[in-house]
Amino acid sequence: MAKKISRREFIKIGGLGLGGLALGGGLYRLFGGGVNAPAAAAIPGLTGAVDGAATLSPTICELCFWQCAGWVHKIDGKPWKITGNLEDPNCRGRLCPRGTGGLGAYLDEDRLRTPLIRASQRGQQTFREATWEEALDYTAEKLKKIAAEHGPECVALFSHGSGGGFFKHLLRAYGSNNVAAPSYAQCRGPREDAYFFTFGEEVGSPERLDLRNSKCIVLIGSHLGENMHNSQVQEFAEAVGNGSVIITVDPRYSVAASKSKYWLPIRPATDLALLLAWINVIIEEKLYDREYVEKYTVGFEQLQAAVKNNTPEWAYPITTIQPGLIRETAREMARHKPASLVHPGRHVTWYGDDTQRVRAGAILNALLGNWGRRGGFYYPNKAELPEYPHPPYPEPKRTWRDAFPDLYPGASLALASGICDATIPTTGGRDCSFKGWIVYGTNLLLTLPQPEKTIEAMQNLDLLVAIDLMPAEITGWADVVLPECSYLERYDDLRLTPERVPTIALRAPAFEPLYDSKPGWWIARELGLRLGLEAYFPWQNIEEYLDARLKGIGSSLAELKAKGLITLNERQPLYFEEGAEPEFDTPSGKIELASADLAEMGFDAVPRYSAHEEPPEGFYRLLFGRAPTHTFARTTNNPILVETMAENEIWINTKVAKIHGIRNGEYVVLVNQDGVKSNKIKAKVTERIRHDCVYMVHGFGRTDKRLKRSYRRGADDNQLITRIKIDPIMGGTGMNVNFVTFLQEQGQVAGLP
Amino acid sequence: MARYAMVIDTKRCIGCADCVVACKVENNVPEGFCRDWIVQEVQGQFPHLHMEIRSERCNHCENPPCVRCCPTGASYVDERGGVVLVDPSQCTGCKACIASCPYDARYVHPKGYVDKCTFCIHRVREGLEPACVAVCPTHCMHFGDLDDPASEINKLLRSRQHHTLLPEAGTKPKIYYLI
Repeated sequence: MAKKISRREFIKIGGLGLGGLALGGGLYRLFGGGVNAPAAAAIPGLTGAVDGAATLSPTICELCFWQCAGWVHKIDGKPWKITGNLEDPNCRGRLCPRGTGGLGAYLDEDRLRTPLIRASQRGQQTFREATWEEALDYTAEKLKKIAAEHGPECVALFSHGSGGGFFKHLLRAYGSNNVAAPSYAQCRGPREDAYFFTFGEEVGSPERLDLRNSKCIVLIGSHLGENMHNSQVQEFAEAVGNGSVIITVDPRYSVAASKSKYWLPIRPATDLALLLAWINVIIEEKLYDREYVEKYTVGFEQLQAAVKNNTPEWAYPITTIQPGLIRETAREMARHKPASLVHPGRHVTWYGDDTQRVRAGAILNALLGNWGRRGGFYYPNKAELPEYPHPPYPEPKRTWRDAFPDLYPGASLALASGICDATIPTTGGRDCSFKGWIVYGTNLLLTLPQPEKTIEAMQNLDLLVAIDLMPAEITGWADVVLPECSYLERYDDLRLTPERVPTIALRAPAFEPLYDSKPGWWIARELGLRLGLEAYFPWQNIEEYLDARLKGIGSSLAELKAKGLITLNERQPLYFEEGAEPEFDTPSGKIELASADLAEMGFDAVPRYSAHEEPPEGFYRLLFGRAPTHTFARTTNNPILVETMAENEIWINTKVAKIHGIRNGEYVVLVNQDGVKSNKIKAKVTERIRHDCVYMVHGFGRTDKRLKRSYRRGADDNQLITRIKIDPIMGGTGMNVNFVTFLQEQGQVAGLP
Repeated sequence: MARYAMVIDTKRCIGCADCVVACKVENNVPEGFCRDWIVQEVQGQFPHLHMEIRSERCNHCENPPCVRCCPTGASYVDERGGVVLVDPSQCTGCKACIASCPYDARYVHPKGYVDKCTFCIHRVREGLEPACVAVCPTHCMHFGDLDDPASEINKLLRSRQHHTLLPEAGTKPKIYYLI
């Protein structure tokens, strides 16, 4: 049992091995002790629980990509709170802290208020206010000019968020299919491709994990609980509560690690060695599901031969995990098969061999026989809705693939980083250099690694349009900024996310748009009309569009407005049924332990370990992750959420901090191997991390002055990511390949002679 | 009369602060303050570590020093459930209660009175759970009546090991942490 000491005391002695963190509380304590209470007012616009007429309207959360369905509560028309929709499998009636604080997105007074047109050179936030007429005309004229001079294929869309679908439609009608999302090559792309090569299907989002029925969960590359993926976290907690065995592999003692029977504090960049050693043990000790492997898979002999030498003893000096522990954990996961799963991870772009690393986990899952089995990976159900009819899209003459002849043959989606590269002209005379970017809801300067390269690319554009709710670093480079209203002020397309049951959910506006902001669908349609694409936008308003789609399955907008979410009856079974002969969408029609696709492209059919560069003396590998109350940079100025976490910290091992003379809570500046310095960041000196790496939460250290709460609070990890390792299979950008050390005020490396 | 209490499962709690945010929104807690907060208490040395994560708030003590020391009677125990409350109209903001609380659970509201967790008594009286309990994505928080032997919280207290915060202070706290 924990020794009882007061919170205030152990904040003081944090970092002495008995450390503590008060999240939220720590901040509040500074004020809440009653010493220097600031002249704070209630968060402007919030009502609180008061008497009055309460009304509800349905919404879908836009604070992250989980898209939970919920209800907006108003009292006498004023905002009160947002709660989860009980029928929604994504949230089961409980929103996460971000969704609960979603009103902050609406109430943030730093929001973009009016269309802006650039008044000086790019890179400075100098704009003049414009009318929508003017801003849309300007954008459409530029798009027409690019189409006439270079072809519409030279325009690309970068998109993240619900409204992006309307801009994708616009771009395809315009004649380009260069739709890129950083969620592919900077996040989960390698995972989706790895699972596709293995099982013929992607994992998808929300992940098709049957966690609530798992008896053993292996987290490798997932800090579940710190990444607040709502229903998945709920199921994880359920599994923990049911006494499931949790095995967590992480150089950091994550929250999940603290819930685990086994914590394997692995040396960063060596996960593949551990996975291969686990496969080795499971094969050598014949612990795999023999019937399943025989019936559903191909390539077992090839796999067995390939991992023959990847023994726990081989993996020990690489990973620093004791052979006995590797064997014990392998046996533990096999004991619970098939209700035993290796989490596929989500943000997996780390070292440039990410597809192969994730594939090793997929192979392990196949050996455990958990795909299509209870407690493993279920078969999701997704609602099907007819499209609103429109003419076929024109066939683009070139695509993003033409910009990279012979590269990344396994890529299944456009590479945001690749389009960025292909915007920078080369002397070789590339066939397809990009001239126009439409950037919807994604702050590319904090999203794409190597921000200096992104800046170089942007300087070569004829047009950069940014559509966003908040001012952001990217809007400083835009020629036109179009302010979208928040998710609480607009309709969007229907949510059809896959889950155990097929659902359709609606986002309806709870409030009129504040300022001169407009919904994404309206902006896309208005641009479409100006580009002569009215045939693609035959509907007059979004209600007509949504109602027509819903009528296609016998529902209506009125029904969705009343219920928020409907559940459909048609569905496929979650698990393989007895005697079923499932077919997999792979070349062999089976689960491919050795991948024919990869072999044909000239890559290893079975993953093979190769060592990655280690940090030089006095430097530490920079790792980054998530916090439960923030989503990337998009929430760091939210007036409600900023109170739980206003800035990030750099996690430094206690002994390392001692070497550098860094005290817990003091500010340090990080400098990377290329001499790039960070903003100052608070040191969290802790036993909870290895000595060879440091860790911070992504999304802080904002540089746009208009963000009053987040401007220069904490540090931006992305700024320090000046090097990447590209995955040759699909073009993912491995980002955990940068090393940092600490600077003292005089600019010397702290603590070193 | 009921004796309301809370039982929080530290094994399930992930410290996501949803309880903090839900409370702030439900009760319109002013910027810069909170009525509940998260504590992560770490013990041991790398790699042999243990961490307890707790959602903390006013303990609604059965022997509340804040009530005893209040010179105006603003701090009181509500008879309908044993909830410790503050009557803003009686409170002068003298801070005697803040000094007496071993849990640091109180703050001075910018409007001049002392404020703290109410167990969301406005919700409880309508048959709802406190906002923090109702929102918790891990279902780690349980609210109920200690006087009802069949209540979920009594079942949990009978079947699981638990502790309270600073029992040596003699305040008889009513927030229990399952370990």
